[in-house]
Amino acid sequence: MKINCPLCGPRPNGEFTIKGDAVNVRPDLKAATAKDWHDYVYLRDNPKGNLKEFWHHSHGCRSWLVIERNNVSHEVLSVQLASDASAKGVKK
Amino acid sequence: MKYSVFSLLKNTLSGHKNWQAAWRDPQPKKQYDIIIIGGGGHGLATAYYLAKNHGITNIAVLEKGYLGSGNIGRNTTIIRSNYYLKGNEPFYEWSLKLWEGLEQDFNFNAMVSQRGLINLYHSDGQRDFYARKGNAMRIHGVDAELVDQQALREKVPYLNFDNARFPIKGALIQPRGGTVRHDAVAWGFARGADMAGVDIIQNCEVTGFKIDNGKIIGVETNKGFIGAKKVGMAAAGHSSQVAAMAGMRLPIETHVLQAFVTEGIKPYLDNVISFGVGHFYISQSDKGGLVFGGDLDGYSSFAQRGNLPMVEHVAEAGVSMISGLSRIKLLRSWGGVMDMTMDGSPIIDKTHIEGLYLNGGWCYGGFKATPASGWCYAHLLATGTPHELTKYFKLNRFEAGDMIDEEVTGPTPNLH
Repeated sequence: MKINCPLCGPRPNGEFTIKGDAVNVRPDLKAATAKDWHDYVYLRDNPKGNLKEFWHHSHGCRSWLVIERNNVSHEVLSVQLASDASAKGVKK
Repeated sequence: MKYSVFSLLKNTLSGHKNWQAAWRDPQPKKQYDIIIIGGGGHGLATAYYLAKNHGITNIAVLEKGYLGSGNIGRNTTIIRSNYYLKGNEPFYEWSLKLWEGLEQDFNFNAMVSQRGLINLYHSDGQRDFYARKGNAMRIHGVDAELVDQQALREKVPYLNFDNARFPIKGALIQPRGGTVRHDAVAWGFARGADMAGVDIIQNCEVTGFKIDNGKIIGVETNKGFIGAKKVGMAAAGHSSQVAAMAGMRLPIETHVLQAFVTEGIKPYLDNVISFGVGHFYISQSDKGGLVFGGDLDGYSSFAQRGNLPMVEHVAEAGVSMISGLSRIKLLRSWGGVMDMTMDGSPIIDKTHIEGLYLNGGWCYGGFKATPASGWCYAHLLATGTPHELTKYFKLNRFEAGDMIDEEVTGPTPNLH
């Protein structure tokens, strides 16, 4: 699985550490109920197909990335810096 | 037909032309008392124990592929009961007890081999933790022994005791742990369930649920609608996909775990050796190949294969403990599809839909649990109440803060 880091170029996946799901949005601190927090922390869509994840380029530039991947073919569809993704809003 | 030395003799005399198929291949009926979704180890064991323990036989097991094509056919075959949390240990010990009598019970050779499980430790801190775990096992009446380096050298002399980074100081041993031939488990439970009248429907994929007023009516499949009074999901690996058809989101993320087998060699490894810190475990099959595995790859995957960095990592972990492994040729690798939960422990519970039940979240430890999972899930399906041994495996335990977190890594599925 090669990942095209926006800063470093195409690198093997062993250089990266995966954090996990990038679609669940952290609830608003002031407004969130216990159920909101529970659902954010514990529940997942867990799709079979295309999904978006947070990856860290831990053995490279150490940027946080949002990667869209297909978890059946392992094809990497897009890689963007997490800061760019959050500016645009990470949608499902 | 019961398998015995007499049936073998009789069939030898007739040229082996009269052996019957181990299970039928029926078309689904329009209605059953219970439908089990998933013809893997747990689904088949559930059907078997529903018939055996509860006298319920009007059951269909729906398997989307061919029987044994899922995780039951692609694991590293280890059985053990060395857990330490109270929600876990009695359950896994019951499973081990069931393994001990299983071949006689379901009349099928599953090659249950209690060759001993050896968990290596490398530091004083780890020794103390293993002493605590061993005592937790013994409190539940389970066998556990703590041995020092000298005793371990006598038992397993070829280990790399003087490894610079992880010197082997001793081990926690469960003598009754071991291996079982995984395919035979599927076949044995399938044959036993089928003989009791259970319909095993292969190549039958559930595509939806029919729910009326909060109550399950049946399932839509690629072979049409099948009605049922109760439906038990047992499709670990795809629990989220099946549950989503009922509008549910689960505390599960799906991951790939790779496993490997080497060329066949003469008897070399008599036990199951587990390098806990490096997360590497190995045994030798009766065909002579070394069967081993390690960590999850770490990213969500349904591909049933992983990537090379983890292949390299697992090989390194193995060679660091058993230097002799560096000379052996790797024959084959594959991956399973793991239901990783938010605390690393399974789910056996009813759902908010009346008549719909869930058995899943087995992470990478489902194989050893196969008999007890079937036993306890059968109890839940038959009576509507959880079995005493699985009452802690609740679906909503995260809301209540009742996590069963053996690895102590919190709500991070890929770290359990």
